[in-house]
Amino acid sequence: MTQETILIGLAGVLASAAPVIFAVLGETLSERAGVINLSMNGTILLAAMGGFAVAYNTDNILLGFLAGMLIGAIVALIVAFASITLKQSQVAVGFVLALTCRDLSYFLGNPYMGVPGPRLQAIPIPVLADIPVLGVLFFRHDLITYVSFIAIFLAWAWIFRTRPGLMLQGIGEKPAAAYIRGANVNLMRYVYTVVGGALIGLAGPAYSLAIRAGWMGTISGLDGVGWIALSITIFGGWNPLRGAFGAYLFAFLQWLGLVLQPVLTQVPSQVLQVAPFPLMILTLLLVNIGDAEWVERALAAMPESARKLLSKLLRALRASPPAALGVPFERD
Amino acid sequence: MFKKQLISLLYQIGALLLAFGVVSLILLSVGASPWDAYRNMFTGSFGSMRKFAEVLVAFVPLLLVTAGLLATFSSGLWNIGVEGQVVLGAIATTWVYRFFLDSGLPPALIITLAILGGMVGGAIWAALAGVLKVFGGVNEIFGGLGLNFVATALTIYLIFGPWKRPGVASMSGTVPFPDEFSLPQLAALRISPWALGISLVGIVVIYFLLQGTYFGLRLKAVGKNFRAAYLLGIPTWQYSMYSFLVCGALAGAAGAMQVAAVYHRLIPSISSGYGYLGLMVAMLINYRAVWAVPVALFFAGLNIGSIQLPILMKLDSSLSGVLQGVLVLFVLLAAGVRQKFSKKA
Repeated sequence: MTQETILIGLAGVLASAAPVIFAVLGETLSERAGVINLSMNGTILLAAMGGFAVAYNTDNILLGFLAGMLIGAIVALIVAFASITLKQSQVAVGFVLALTCRDLSYFLGNPYMGVPGPRLQAIPIPVLADIPVLGVLFFRHDLITYVSFIAIFLAWAWIFRTRPGLMLQGIGEKPAAAYIRGANVNLMRYVYTVVGGALIGLAGPAYSLAIRAGWMGTISGLDGVGWIALSITIFGGWNPLRGAFGAYLFAFLQWLGLVLQPVLTQVPSQVLQVAPFPLMILTLLLVNIGDAEWVERALAAMPESARKLLSKLLRALRASPPAALGVPFERD
Repeated sequence: MFKKQLISLLYQIGALLLAFGVVSLILLSVGASPWDAYRNMFTGSFGSMRKFAEVLVAFVPLLLVTAGLLATFSSGLWNIGVEGQVVLGAIATTWVYRFFLDSGLPPALIITLAILGGMVGGAIWAALAGVLKVFGGVNEIFGGLGLNFVATALTIYLIFGPWKRPGVASMSGTVPFPDEFSLPQLAALRISPWALGISLVGIVVIYFLLQGTYFGLRLKAVGKNFRAAYLLGIPTWQYSMYSFLVCGALAGAAGAMQVAAVYHRLIPSISSGYGYLGLMVAMLINYRAVWAVPVALFFAGLNIGSIQLPILMKLDSSLSGVLQGVLVLFVLLAAGVRQKFSKKA
């Protein structure tokens, strides 16, 4: 393989991770506020189908992207209403929506199956696109990929470098304290869930109008993306930078699977496609295991030097969820 | 007490009507007649003995999965990995079949061993999610989801790799077993009364386990309040593991039925999504075992009836999933609205 094909392949990895990044950022905002949006897998499919249908019928790609975001926002609003106002299980409502939206996308998308439609074109950035190596990697993408790059840093800066971001951390960690400080906890949860939902929705058209243009129903290969994004959110420890890293790692592994296909002929391609999942379970284990009681006991029994090293390692890996994740807030 | 039940019933009827209303609007929006769609789904599922037999074929794994999930829900666990547990049940069943096929043992014994093997396979996969949860701190939802994908990949690997058909491997699955190795079916119908019997035994056992035993009581105590149960001296993590094992064994039995009574081989989509559908049934019946049979039968009927939609009306068969999902959603919302009002009163 030449250096050129590897570079183009890696640039493809950055582009193909874009939808997952939107989904991870959206879920991160939602969960930071304390609401798990488990509907993601269905939302992305429905937004992909809806975004494609709108862009196809209006011949306007921008409207397609907006439609995808609107769909994501509406689904998230249902999750927010059921969990914040009605105090029902977020997991139950989210899971039902994940399945329902998926089936709804197949049902409503039937007439659009395999229809050729509009697709976002690559816009090489003048001057920058000609830089060796970096030009191919970063500056010859379509608009939505550029937006994904920027969104990662915006989300990170919002959460960790602004006052409202600090408040957001508060309503996910200690809602009672944030309330005393004057935050309208439930309203903020509504806002972040819906905004996060719109970001998750953006992942749909990012597939159907860009990376995997078109709508292919059950064989579009999008079923499962939402569940992956959910795992990456946790892997990312509710931090946009770490989450984006997870999304790129996942896209890289999938690309590696494709590249290695001719070498590993006896392994069916479907197996390589899921190769990241055992890895995902392993990383979930690594980020969580530091909190387990038996680990703490085992560590305590170890000699000083080994204990220090191990506990430092576990602490670096650890990612604790927002303390009030999934817990309804009551004023009294 | 009677009034409370009446109000609860009214809310549920309201949710049902709303669900059908919303789905009717969806149908109208694509220019289809809701009445025709519902009628075709009904005649496609309960219209003839042959079709009703098909409904029962779908009902068997769905009921087994639902029964298993009642155990994990009782102990407060969201066993979303049940889908993979069905798959592993099917894989283990196929493995036992392949192991004993040429052994000369009586077929009845091999079938029994294969089904038991399936239950063990499902239980092992569930135990994996349980160990991740109990010792690794990995939430059972995320661990389970990952394991589901791994299970599907394992199926495809086996079908295209070590267990492939002589000659060319294909999505149609492994080599079918000879007829005498599958659960006997009724003449001219695809349903096996044995499979039906096993699924009914499954739900009855779960009903009595949860309602009438000390074990069930402790399981529910762990689910209601983990910390309080622990302080009362209930071995909490052991009970979490038990409920995983019970659910996994029943899900594995569902997978075993798919192999031993329906497909007679391992196919890529062996679980047919019954794991996830079982979660929906369990939520709809609000985790009460008595309602499992009618609701699972209704959902199985929707699944089978919707097969007619592409043929007769050029509509996608996923309408059944939409109807099931909207129904569960409205029932959940209705429960929330009712709690909100009763709190105010």
